[in-house]
Amino acid sequence: MARAITTRKKIMWTALSWGIGLLIFFPILWTFLTSFKSEATAIADPPVWFLFDWTTVNYTDVLERSNYPLALTNSIIIALGSTLLGIIIAVPAAWAMAFVPGKRTKDVLLWMLSTKMLPAVGVLYPLVLIAKYFGILDSRILMVVILMLINLPIIVWMLYTYFREIPVDILEAARMDGANLKSEILYVLTPMALPGIASTILLNIILAWNEAFWTILLTTVSAAPLTKFIASFSAPEGLFYAKLSAASMMAIAPILIMGWFSQKQLVRGLTFGAVK
Amino acid sequence: MATEHSKAAARIMIAPAVFVLLVWMLVPLCMTLYFSFADYRPLRATFEPWIGFDNYVSFFTSSSFISSVVTTLQMVGGILCITIVGGVLLALLLDQPMFGQGIVRILVIAPFFVMPTVSALVWKNMFFNVDNGLFSYLYAALGLQPYDFLSQAPLLSIIVIVAWQWLPFATLILLTAVQSLSSEQLEAAEMDGAPGLSRFWYIILPHLSRAITVVILIQTIFLLSIFAEIFVTTNGAFGTRTLTYLVYQRVLESQNIGLGSAGGIIAVILANIVALFLMRIVGKNLDN
Amino acid sequence: MTKHFLLGTAGGLALTVGLASAAAAQSTTLTIATVNNGDMVRMQGLTDDFSEQNPDIQLEWVTLEENVLRQNVTTDISTGGGQYDVITIGTYEVPIWAQNDWLVSLSDGMSEDWNESDLLPAVASGLSVDGELYAAPFYGESSMVMYRTDLMEEAGLEMPDAPTWEFIREAAAAMTDRENDINGICLRGKAGWGENAAFLTAMANSFGARWFDEDWNAQFDSEAWSNTLNFYLDMMEESGPASAANNGFNENLTLFQQGKCGMWIDATVAASFVTNPDDSQVADKVGFALAPDNGLGKRSNWLWAWSLAIPSSSDNVDAAKTFISWATGQGYSELVAENEGWANVPPGTRASLYENPEYLAAAPFAQMTLDSINSADPTNPTVDPVPYTGVQFVAIPEFQGIGTQVGQQFSAALAGQQSAEEALAAAQQLTTEEMEAAGY
Repeated sequence: MARAITTRKKIMWTALSWGIGLLIFFPILWTFLTSFKSEATAIADPPVWFLFDWTTVNYTDVLERSNYPLALTNSIIIALGSTLLGIIIAVPAAWAMAFVPGKRTKDVLLWMLSTKMLPAVGVLYPLVLIAKYFGILDSRILMVVILMLINLPIIVWMLYTYFREIPVDILEAARMDGANLKSEILYVLTPMALPGIASTILLNIILAWNEAFWTILLTTVSAAPLTKFIASFSAPEGLFYAKLSAASMMAIAPILIMGWFSQKQLVRGLTFGAVK
Repeated sequence: MATEHSKAAARIMIAPAVFVLLVWMLVPLCMTLYFSFADYRPLRATFEPWIGFDNYVSFFTSSSFISSVVTTLQMVGGILCITIVGGVLLALLLDQPMFGQGIVRILVIAPFFVMPTVSALVWKNMFFNVDNGLFSYLYAALGLQPYDFLSQAPLLSIIVIVAWQWLPFATLILLTAVQSLSSEQLEAAEMDGAPGLSRFWYIILPHLSRAITVVILIQTIFLLSIFAEIFVTTNGAFGTRTLTYLVYQRVLESQNIGLGSAGGIIAVILANIVALFLMRIVGKNLDN
Repeated sequence: MTKHFLLGTAGGLALTVGLASAAAAQSTTLTIATVNNGDMVRMQGLTDDFSEQNPDIQLEWVTLEENVLRQNVTTDISTGGGQYDVITIGTYEVPIWAQNDWLVSLSDGMSEDWNESDLLPAVASGLSVDGELYAAPFYGESSMVMYRTDLMEEAGLEMPDAPTWEFIREAAAAMTDRENDINGICLRGKAGWGENAAFLTAMANSFGARWFDEDWNAQFDSEAWSNTLNFYLDMMEESGPASAANNGFNENLTLFQQGKCGMWIDATVAASFVTNPDDSQVADKVGFALAPDNGLGKRSNWLWAWSLAIPSSSDNVDAAKTFISWATGQGYSELVAENEGWANVPPGTRASLYENPEYLAAAPFAQMTLDSINSADPTNPTVDPVPYTGVQFVAIPEFQGIGTQVGQQFSAALAGQQSAEEALAAAQQLTTEEMEAAGY
């Protein structure tokens, strides 16, 4: 019994955290509720909370007007594809930086991060022209490559900080035991590196899913993901809150659910070396 | 321990990442550099490959340049303040004993998963809107005049939207750091009779400093390129035009690619100065 | 038997695959970029009718919010990306793009029953360069006053068919009832060349102001502009909604439909939305009048047409012409009338629509719309002579960049962040800068 915690105190903390948690979550909850209202109810004065005629008409409208399955598929392919491609390129790099650091390692790492500062719109025309030259405008492969490049610095950085926390002593102990490089990697390091890789993957899926500049400007139909799908429901004529809410829920629900289910894995590696 | 052999291997392992990023940096950047010295205005069907530094001069001397830099700094600074102060408080709160901690954490991290466009649209229409937004009902319920956030406090409104999205990220990183603080240290302090505030000031905060620098670094990288939130809410009106947005206006609205490219190059240089400055601090902090 | 069955299935499969690929070989897919406005969404909903007539043409819709659409289409067309076969653009873009050879001429190759001579001359001339038509109008609009007949009566006033700005201002003040959330007048305040800059440019025309003198010098330091902006700001202060600086066409439409505006001066196309009882709470209490003037010989109404055009980079020009013929032809009007009623037919493009008794009966705003469109004069928009064409815009490529920034200055003035004089001085400075950079 190191610290005596009274139940009263615990209840107080519970109430406070739940209150703040709900406050932060509220915009999403409100969007969720609005998506089941009729357009008129959505702007009712005073606002209605739970007691209204729940309707799914907004969702059917949205489904009817746009190709949601295609946008969803594109989002999934682009997010997963760019993340996996990034991981394949980044793991060896981060590994080498973490375990065989040279004089330049830190500089290389910082330079990589600085490439993320490139303002997207500044290089828009060059990129469109390049993509046009290769005939890959509006293709998934283009989006996969571009989003991979945008997020690669973050992937390398995250993996590097994570790998660095793996104690080198273990490696040496394994070597003493006569393990060769292959089994060293397979049996000693991989299990220790997996949580870091997992949370890197998760974070980058989220970043790629939500990227809304390139995905809107470089796609038209066949590679257009959910970010572009949303653009057809923002600010139309007349009342649109309910339909916008439905479209918004459809765009964020997959990633929200994935995030919730994997939040433990996400959190474990999301330290960027912030914790000693 | 690192032999020549393993060093060579390491270089090969790093090579692909360095190579693709170099290509990514150099090819579009070189083209942008090339355009920035050209008079390239597709709508006028004008393309003159060399006009010297004219674009740079007009971009620098334009009345909107300085104000856009100031706006960028205010916006990034404001968001960093909110997310870090809020993140530290939230992290401390989530570390307290409570019922249903897992669920609270789920609620708190949710905004991080929301697309910038979606969150900007939701905030703009369903909260900030004077006629049908929730804040207006709240104001009316309190007997106050409705307040038009997006035109009266435009910068703050955008800061709130972006801070809402990034607060979970800061909280998560800081929470991990808070949890790594050994309870013995804290208890020792408690035994010594140190009051809550000084315990926070002398033990917790120094312990978090490393996490805070990391949050600042990562967020700054993302925040310097904020676009969707401004595009959706104010379209750059009411003094919310950041440097990124100014470049956007030059390229896509004015269709002056040369001028926009010059702006892009200037933005890259400025961003890298900020980055260099930040990384010096962070690098020092991460070295040990 | 099993064997037969397998063989049969395999044969069937092969046949299906063969047929499918044969069909694929013949069919073309058109990618159509359009705005998410009500009329276009309706067109998208009526796609089936087109597919029945043209089974070999598949339609892919890219329906986007106006600003995003413009980003996408402009990037595509100026780099020759070739992503779209049909694009939705307005009166401002068509002549500029056509002069760059970015658009395909529609003077031939349209279907036989697509009657070019039936197009309203005012609208068609805005979409033509050197007598060749480069885009087909989907709907055309001018602007006019829409007002609440019941509130007007309560205020003891009567709206003339051709009101003056002074009358509008008085009426707005009289109709304003802040307690009951009724604003005398709703006008565009949201920054953008197609939003408040369009409205204020048209308004300025009636105040005798102009964007440029004949030597392309910016004129925001003129007294006429000062009168325009001060009048607008004062009137909005007295009788406008609190959110005015963020209200564009869509926001004001919602306000008017909810009964929160006494008057609204905006696109004629809105008339069918505010009189539609499904969406509007005030459907049976709306009257119409010409856009106001100041007795200087120019009214403040504009001219615009959302039009369908074919980028020269398209590979499917013939199919695209077939589609545009369908979407902008008389048959389409009848199709909409059949499905949604005559009042919802896209207005303002064809003379025949305004001779159709069924349409005139269903649309009380028809005559006012036609009069407004016919009275707009893009070639001679201002009181003093100008070197440009266009009523609510200046038909030069630089305008969308300048117009948006000037609109932002006006919007900031409306939000109370700066005075009218400061806004005009800033507008003058930035316009001069931009025009110099553009080599004028």
